[in-house]
Amino acid sequence: MNFALIFLIIIFSISLFFYGKSKTRSLALQNNLKLNALPKFYGYYLVLWCSIPSLVFLLIWTLFEPIIIKSIIIDNAAKLGANISDKNEANLIYEKIKAIHLGTYFGDIDNILQQSALSYSKFIGLFTNSKIVLIFSVIIGSILYSLKKIKNNNKARDDVEIILKGLLFVSSLIAILTTLGIIFSLLFESIKFFSVINIFDYLFGTNWSPQRAFVRDASSITVAEYEELKDAFGFIPLIAGTSFIALIAMFVAVPIGLFSGIYMAEYASTKIRRISKPIIEILAGIPTVVYGFFAALTVGPFFRQFGESLGLTVSSESALAAGLIMGIMIIPYISSLSDDVINSVPQSLRDGSYAVGATKSETIKQVVIPAALPGIIGSVLLAVSRAIGETMIVVMAAGLAANLTINPLESTTTITTQIVMILVGDQEFDSPKTQSAFALGLTLFVATLILNYVAQRAVKKYREKYD
Amino acid sequence: MWLKELLKNIEKNMTKEKRLKKRHNAEKRFRFYGLASIFLALLFVLILVQNIFSKGSSAFMKTAINVDVFYDPELLGVKNGATKDEILEADFFDITIETLLKTYPTNNLDEENQLIDLFTTDAELEIKNALINNSNLLGKTVSLEITSSDDIDQLHKGNYPRDLPEERRRISNFQLSIYDNFLENKKIIKNFNNYFFKNGDSRDPEIAGIGGALVGSFYSILICLLLSFPIAVLASIYLEEFAPKNKITDFIEININNLAAVPSIVYGLLALQILLATIQLPRSTPLVAGITLALMTLPRIIIPCRASLKAVPPSIREGALAVGASKFQSVFHHVVPLALPGTLSGTIIGLAQALGETAPLILIGMVAFVVDIPSTPIDPSSSLPVQVYLWSESAERGFVEKTSATIMMLLSFLIVMNFLAVYLRQKFEKRWN
Repeated sequence: MNFALIFLIIIFSISLFFYGKSKTRSLALQNNLKLNALPKFYGYYLVLWCSIPSLVFLLIWTLFEPIIIKSIIIDNAAKLGANISDKNEANLIYEKIKAIHLGTYFGDIDNILQQSALSYSKFIGLFTNSKIVLIFSVIIGSILYSLKKIKNNNKARDDVEIILKGLLFVSSLIAILTTLGIIFSLLFESIKFFSVINIFDYLFGTNWSPQRAFVRDASSITVAEYEELKDAFGFIPLIAGTSFIALIAMFVAVPIGLFSGIYMAEYASTKIRRISKPIIEILAGIPTVVYGFFAALTVGPFFRQFGESLGLTVSSESALAAGLIMGIMIIPYISSLSDDVINSVPQSLRDGSYAVGATKSETIKQVVIPAALPGIIGSVLLAVSRAIGETMIVVMAAGLAANLTINPLESTTTITTQIVMILVGDQEFDSPKTQSAFALGLTLFVATLILNYVAQRAVKKYREKYD
Repeated sequence: MWLKELLKNIEKNMTKEKRLKKRHNAEKRFRFYGLASIFLALLFVLILVQNIFSKGSSAFMKTAINVDVFYDPELLGVKNGATKDEILEADFFDITIETLLKTYPTNNLDEENQLIDLFTTDAELEIKNALINNSNLLGKTVSLEITSSDDIDQLHKGNYPRDLPEERRRISNFQLSIYDNFLENKKIIKNFNNYFFKNGDSRDPEIAGIGGALVGSFYSILICLLLSFPIAVLASIYLEEFAPKNKITDFIEININNLAAVPSIVYGLLALQILLATIQLPRSTPLVAGITLALMTLPRIIIPCRASLKAVPPSIREGALAVGASKFQSVFHHVVPLALPGTLSGTIIGLAQALGETAPLILIGMVAFVVDIPSTPIDPSSSLPVQVYLWSESAERGFVEKTSATIMMLLSFLIVMNFLAVYLRQKFEKRWN
């Protein structure tokens, strides 16, 4: 249906383009008047007026039609006496009604379902018909309006450009909409979560085991139940595990990344630079699921065997394996950023240092790096934010149980791992367990936002200093 | 503290030559650290690639067993000279069991089962398809290559140790003796593994393939491209060429920079809440995956697009304006075509990242076990990276090589895309100096 409508709109637009072009041309010839724009702009003008309002209307209609139909049908079913007490049941009944309508339902059909299905078919028909009628009136209305405009010899080019500029502006607004979407979707569920679990119990609890929190009616929990619930959602072990793995990653990535950045910027010949820089950047291009596979199937078991041969007990999901591989993934972020940063330190600083007799490494250590420090710190912070937001490596290679430990050979879990574990498979909506994933997401979002903000400020300040 | 004093004293007592030598040694050490860390990073790329290739390359071949099949019309319950439809209707179970049991003498039911276990669970289908493709075979005996079970496949490829005690092996002694017998009679052959590319997911490694994941990834990336490329180009044109310097513009820019750094899993949460729970798009589908990836890729494309628009020198714009073009004409007729190579290469790199993205797709339910190959973007499906994740969680040994081979496919797509991006940039981009 929608495709047919879009096709029709396109056909209309194309024919209107040629109509507008020839119409204005003949108008100008007949009345011997000077057009205010090239004839093709009148064509464009008609095309924009024909397509944009109708497409926007179609989009909005398509988005809201199912929601409206659903609420009408469920209201109807409730009036008919269907037993609808919560959202899940309503969804179930709605799916059944839809299946009956499509003829794919094979369970028992009672009177209520039968009637609802009939009214569902009726509403679908009604909505489709009214959609077609409305779309056509939108198209006809906007065509009439724009035809009147071009008959009056408007400044079509200016008008087209104003519309297009609006289109450009709207496209750039998508970024704001995405941010708003993220904030709202995270906040919405998080607020529900924090209305059950006290935010301080969440932030300072030392026990994380959401599997203990079964579905229960969040509005009526007793004090005893709450005591148990609050014990299930303590954030401390997660942030500890996350920072621990990120710390291990930084121990690997910072020295290797920084030294290779320095070498690339200060020592390497153009030939070495040309070859090795893209190869190191391959590390950033490899999908993280590949690192996760490597960490879980090769590095983890290797560490365990190695540890056993030394008489140590190493978990096959050790924080060390996950952190090490994550560190390797992060190397190129640090190396290329610090390479850039070091390159933008002015040559005069180095020359001054050489002039008083310092060797190259002394110059780097005592002049270049201190000068580039804000930028380097910025790049490390960006890498940290990448590390705590990284998901697949830890999902595959780190553990699931939330242990408070500082032993890198044991398994720990992270924020991202828990989000995946809670939301994978079927979720019960409106349970504190599902909502807790959104609370974790919000925490992660805020943490990375702060880190990125600080890092970008640091890099920017540094750049301004030497520009 | 005292150590520092001591070192200072030692340094003071050194001769000039000695001190210089020490400084030069420090220089050499420093240089060595730099070289070593580059070398370490390169070494790791090598280890990773070598590890994946050595594990995965065997998945492109499959082990098959030569079996003589007699298409007995009686056993099939069809007449001689039956039509294709009749053959399609026929039950091939009995003939399959009979054929497989004829390959080796067995004494009891247990041994029979063990013998049948050496062949793929799809043996019936393979026997049936051979007859459907050539209905003249009815009533004749032909030699078919029946795919072996995963255990025999892994044993034959040498991925499975046979010198373990029997109770720790998945293959019994009896099965081993059958295998050796087959091997002696040259019945075991290696074929190109067409199942790996053709089939959807399966619980049995020998018939599991990435067909469904390939199609799913293709649809997702296509939708991602169709949504993100036009919006990103329009948005960057606006921000770079038309946007007034005001608070709204600043706010948009801050938003784009932040979105580029938001962890991908947060986009999964966004999709779960907005696309699935609110708008109620179908779960596990490439449509939702494509929209999610598009939102994620958008800022990552806008940033290089803006950079390439910025790189076009102002003289181009001024030249166009000077001969009477409008602002729009100067941008769309002159600046955008010149910035196009950079824009395209930025888009391709953004898409390559989207192709490898896993976490948001897991949250929107693409981890569901999907056997069928999706025919439209609104069918449930998997995608290549999610398939890697799913298979890596499976216990069967055969999935290890399948996972590695999937990674090889994924990496080769990424390499092709990145080379394309570099090629576009180097071939078509103008240098303004």
